[in-house]
Amino acid sequence: MPSYVNPEKCDGCKALDKTACQHICPNDLMALDKVTMKAYNRDVTMCWECYNCVKICPTQAVEVRGYADFVPLGASATPMRSTDSIMWTVKFRNGTIKRFKFPIRTTPEGEAAPDGGFESPADLASPALFTEPASLGLPEVFTLKH
Amino acid sequence: MANFETIVVETDLLILGGGMAACGAAVEAAHWARQNGLKVTLVDKAAVDRSGAVAMGLSAINQYVGLRDGKNTVKDYVDYVRNDLMGVTREDLVANIARHVDSTVHLFEKWGLPIWKDENGNYVHEGRWQLMINGESYKVVVAEAAKNALLAGNGKAVGEIYERIFIVGPLMDGERCAGAVGFSVREEKFYVFKAKATLVAMGGAVHVFKPRSSGEGMGRAWYPPWNSGSSAYFTLKAGAEMTCQEVRFIPVRFKDAYGPVGAWFLLFKSRATNAMGGEYMVERRAELENWAPYGRVKPIPANLRNYLGMLDVMEGKGPIYMRTEEAIKKIATTYKDDDKAYKKKMKELESEAWEDFLDMTISQAILWAGTNVQPEERSSEIAAAEPYFIGSHSGASGAWVSGPEDLQTDETKKEYFWGYAHMSTVPGLFCAGDASGASSHKFSSGSHAEGRAAAKAAVKFVVDNNTMPNLDAAALEALKEQILRPLDVYEQFKGATTDPEVNPNYIKPRMYMYRLQKLMDEYAAGITAQFTTNESLLNKALELLAFLKEDAEKLAASNLHELMRCWENVHRTWQAEAHVRTLLFREETRWPGYYYRADKPKIDDEQWHVFANCKYHPNTDQWEVLTRPILHIFPQPKEHELLGG
Ligand SMILES: Cc1cc2nc3c(=O)[nH]c(=O)nc-3n(C[C@H](O)[C@H](O)[C@H](O)COP(=O)(O)OP(=O)(O)OC[C@H]3O[C@@H](n4cnc5c(N)ncnc54)[C@H](O)[C@@H]3O)c2cc1C
Ligand code: SF4
Ligand code: SF4
Repeated sequence: MPSYVNPEKCDGCKALDKTACQHICPNDLMALDKVTMKAYNRDVTMCWECYNCVKICPTQAVEVRGYADFVPLGASATPMRSTDSIMWTVKFRNGTIKRFKFPIRTTPEGEAAPDGGFESPADLASPALFTEPASLGLPEVFTLKH
Repeated sequence: MANFETIVVETDLLILGGGMAACGAAVEAAHWARQNGLKVTLVDKAAVDRSGAVAMGLSAINQYVGLRDGKNTVKDYVDYVRNDLMGVTREDLVANIARHVDSTVHLFEKWGLPIWKDENGNYVHEGRWQLMINGESYKVVVAEAAKNALLAGNGKAVGEIYERIFIVGPLMDGERCAGAVGFSVREEKFYVFKAKATLVAMGGAVHVFKPRSSGEGMGRAWYPPWNSGSSAYFTLKAGAEMTCQEVRFIPVRFKDAYGPVGAWFLLFKSRATNAMGGEYMVERRAELENWAPYGRVKPIPANLRNYLGMLDVMEGKGPIYMRTEEAIKKIATTYKDDDKAYKKKMKELESEAWEDFLDMTISQAILWAGTNVQPEERSSEIAAAEPYFIGSHSGASGAWVSGPEDLQTDETKKEYFWGYAHMSTVPGLFCAGDASGASSHKFSSGSHAEGRAAAKAAVKFVVDNNTMPNLDAAALEALKEQILRPLDVYEQFKGATTDPEVNPNYIKPRMYMYRLQKLMDEYAAGITAQFTTNESLLNKALELLAFLKEDAEKLAASNLHELMRCWENVHRTWQAEAHVRTLLFREETRWPGYYYRADKPKIDDEQWHVFANCKYHPNTDQWEVLTRPILHIFPQPKEHELLGG
């Protein structure tokens, strides 16, 4: 089914005008059933299992069941994403459990400064991009013409 | 006609797409736009935080030249790309990306992307050009910088971002690109973006060919299902010249879930063997001579590596295994005398192996878990996927764009330079990432760098041509009618049947897509045809494509989501046609692991060491296919250098 929604956990994002899963799916798959106020994946054959709906859901209502046309049943991979790391629990068909934790970013959320602190002395006519040459770590930008 | 409100947005620079190239363009354009008092507008069909090929994350940055360390030069990268593409590469474009890409990677690091470092503080390389990252939030971080650049500025924002607007096609003012049209997939609104310059970065295309999986797993193509050839359609419809439309990409990946193999081959140094334990890269070495001089270079071009494996499979020697257990044990044995260190190393390798999947192909982790695979205990199958169009990776399809002036020789300048770097042959229409061709191996970082270079040039174009193009109101109304037609077709005919999927008056986008995929698969060298075709098969493909294009007028959509699916499939069809026409034109086989022309089974460097370009003429509705010369900006390496000597 690729991504699917647990109806007991989904609260329809409290009927705000857009739900989190709907907002994030790169393929416009997550939709809200206006009667039950529960989300669902409207076209599972076009789901990449990118997990963005899973990671963003505030109630952990979205899960993934591996593609049934080639994955034997019983396995799962479940993420818990915080502001600086992600923790994965991988459950095998035979019951084996593995846990992994990886960093996801080194700066506080929202604070990526576009110029990264590098100066931008170049003008519009030069081949140097903004932040160059400093961001290259070189005295000048490579060129064939001198 | 469906009753949609028309929203007109005027801007100076319009950036189409929100992926790696578009985010690079946004960051760069914001700087120059602020200096010149201009406005930048970015439009994405999805949410920029998680759109495009990097939506899930990545585990490696595949292009880093490392110029500051003095180990590689710009020319080294150009040599690598040209050899991998069997000699067909625009050196000026690859060099332009290579000279800027490190700057982009250093920015990524400042923005917060965790890049692996060794004990001395140096980047950990996966291979010569690749860096290992903890890349779950790669796209989030890159999008954040783009948003901060465009939208911040204490009330003096230079830009705006529109999400969930599907761009259908170009707006033209005579020969000049005047912006784009599209529609919201959330509300009934038709969008007209009028712009002085337009930068196309809407990615490549998947599902043009039939995928290996046909059920739920159909969405698990290697390439993400949401990039559907919009860049190719847009540039073709604007009348831009296209290049390398025959150079599709077929990745060999872990079978079925298409998990990445880069770390296994490069970092863990794994071997791939067949069912008999034979190593095709060793046993079939002699075959490489048939593809000389490219068969002799190191690293061996990706398509030739594919081809040797495919020969094994076609001879019934499959499956092909990635020998993960062997590779992991070999690395860990260095520690075999120290039990504690050995266990620690095994644990570390296990975690690295799983992160590789969890960062960028989670399905592969589920497949391993579902089949109880532990890579340190057992090999896993690898296989060739279906063909994709991704000019930023190891394919090369895209628009034919101008190079920068300072990277030309007197000779190349006549062919490769027309005023603004990364501008197509249509004035005011710029392309980057998968949208621009003959400059492959840019990957995530190089696409971002190219987006930056293209955006800077586009701002220069706006400053030099600071007039808002004119639009013809009647033509706009006709475009609106055409774009919304699938909704009208559905409304008009839905009553003719009790099953909305089966109706003699229209075709739904899903069946339309299946029709495209079946014909491309069988006639244009898809998986069931073992990637093989010939002139007769290709002519048949063109005949069937013509019927399909006629039936595109009868596409039907019952809602906005389906309307998007209709147009995605029209976009795919145009990508398909450009591909078939160019396959037909190039009368040789140059990339045998990508496709094989059985009637022209050999490489013919004498006649075909050229670019095969194509162009659609909007006014006459005619296609033109032509050659362009391959010229060098760097001295060519001697054969011993090609061999890595
Ligand atoms: C499976 C996979 C693995 C990869 N692994 C690596 C790796 O390990 N390292 C690496 O460096 N590179 C890797 N790459 C390559 C890298 O992802 C691409 O080179 C890069 O994303 C190309 O950038 P782009 O901007 O051209 O396209 P994308 O990043 O794909 O962006 C396309 C954008 O266009 C938007 N769009 C599409 N159609 C429309 C439309 N009609 N209207 C409006 N918007 C539209 C999309 O929503 C998206 O925002 C990988 C690619 C794939 C597919
Ligand atoms: S994000 Fe979660 S809670 Fe919100 S609608 Fe989607 S599934 Fe329901
Ligand atoms: S897993 Fe990805 S593609 Fe599938 S529904 Fe969720 S967000 Fe969309």
